[in-house]
Amino acid sequence: MLQLSTNLNTYLIIAAFLFGIGFYGLINRRTLIGMLISAELILSGASLNFMAFNRFLAPNPVVGQVFTLFIMGIAAAEAAIALSIIIAVYRNYKSIAAEDLNDLKG
Amino acid sequence: MNQLLTAQGLGGVVFLTVSTAVVIGALIAVNSKRLIRAVTGLCLCLIGVAGLYYFLNSPFLALMEILIYVGAVGVSIAFAIMLADPHPEKKGNRATGLGSLFGFICGALLTWGLIKTGLSTHWQGAAAKINSGSMLELGKSLLTTYGMVFELISVVLLIAIIGSLALGKKGRSNHPGKISR
Repeated sequence: MLQLSTNLNTYLIIAAFLFGIGFYGLINRRTLIGMLISAELILSGASLNFMAFNRFLAPNPVVGQVFTLFIMGIAAAEAAIALSIIIAVYRNYKSIAAEDLNDLKG
Repeated sequence: MNQLLTAQGLGGVVFLTVSTAVVIGALIAVNSKRLIRAVTGLCLCLIGVAGLYYFLNSPFLALMEILIYVGAVGVSIAFAIMLADPHPEKKGNRATGLGSLFGFICGALLTWGLIKTGLSTHWQGAAAKINSGSMLELGKSLLTTYGMVFELISVVLLIAIIGSLALGKKGRSNHPGKISR
């Protein structure tokens, strides 16, 4: 039990669970914000995988950290844009449920 | 019991705690009925991920995870819920029946496949590390080797800020009479 934190497989299993739970939520949720939350979970799973490989396998342990930092920046930009789109959608439809957004402009 | 009181034993207990927080937080984030609880679950999960980063020899990334994800993203999602989801009890928030089952099967298959691939592959580690991966090395390579990407990320963030401001303003000016609250 004490060797769990120095074993690559532990991190891979946790990251796989994060990714799978996030994917389940992405299919299961019916509101836009719920889908956004699930997408954040998927991104976290991916960055955890990067960090694990970076710690145990990579010759240069800086690269994975830099990549994870950039994933964080992109995810913050994505969340800002997605949330403002959600607010704009709510102003037009008075709802953020995905099934209510069913008419196109025209 | 004595083994638990050593530094290693306490580290193991902390590790188990943060990994449990990750999984339980993720389950709350996808399964809770109200969105605001889902955000709380997301924050719990991301704090756990920050703890895992700490165990992966990267305290800087752990701090950034808490600062950017739990701080900025979590708070802005919570604000968006307060602005856009004022009646959370009105209708079902999750798929039911067949859709839910389909989602569960997809997620379980993905998880199983990823775990099986990860455990059955023989990962070949590097023979030697060329630096220690400390915060000093990270800062050096962020400003030399990855300087261009660093600048591009800041441009992307600037455009995202301007874009979200423009989107918010546009939605407001289109229907000035409709917004009563």
